[in-house]
Amino acid sequence: MKYKNQLAFEIPSRSVNEALARSVVACFAAQLDPTMDELGDIKTAVSEAVTNCIVHAYPDTIGKIFVRCKILPDNVLDIVVKDKGRGIEDVAQARMPMYTTGGDERSGMGFTIMESFMHELKVTSKPEKGTTVHMKRKILKRGGKT
Amino acid sequence: MTTFLQDKQLTIALTGEIDHHGARSVLKMIADKIDQYLPTVCVLDMKAVSFMDSSGIAIVIHTYRRMTERQGILRLKQVPAQPRKVLEAAGMERLVTIEGRSPVYEI
Repeated sequence: MKYKNQLAFEIPSRSVNEALARSVVACFAAQLDPTMDELGDIKTAVSEAVTNCIVHAYPDTIGKIFVRCKILPDNVLDIVVKDKGRGIEDVAQARMPMYTTGGDERSGMGFTIMESFMHELKVTSKPEKGTTVHMKRKILKRGGKT
Repeated sequence: MTTFLQDKQLTIALTGEIDHHGARSVLKMIADKIDQYLPTVCVLDMKAVSFMDSSGIAIVIHTYRRMTERQGILRLKQVPAQPRKVLEAAGMERLVTIEGRSPVYEI
């Protein structure tokens, strides 16, 4: 698909980088002139995806998290968050609200929030190979701008 | 993070971004304060919370459990728009009272 702009970056799976990833994607999304609400939704979804990599993909090591954003035609923000970590045995089960393998420090709501806050969410994974989270959000055009 | 206690009501003001990176220490701090003061009402004042993800949900659930174990209640006060949206996506309004922020702050 033709894209108007893109950004790709790679970060180690350190929790301090959760805020960094949110900020970087928010900065990239700014060119679409999103509302505060839309920006909040995007930052939240990115935060959930990156946190999943840190907590679940690489529980005992520091691995690489790859993030790629694209601006697609019709004001669509396309975000991929990918890791080469532990992988998910049963993606459908993982996506169920409140389901977590992360102990009682986690709420199990990550995927649910990504689904609620983005317009499209696709999760593919293979045990021991890694997980790819692909999400899209259309940013509504506001008066005056083309 | 400031706390104050009045007549068995403990108010804890949370600040900044609440994500997985900071969640453990916030959780521990809240738990320690509840254990120390044994309040009947715990209020989390979220006026200064600029961002929250599902790590904040875990904090609310833990705090709620700790309070209900002692027959107490938990309230969330002055919750800004983005954290409120996350709380509602997780159905937290069914567990705890969530009071919004006054419009005068939304500048």
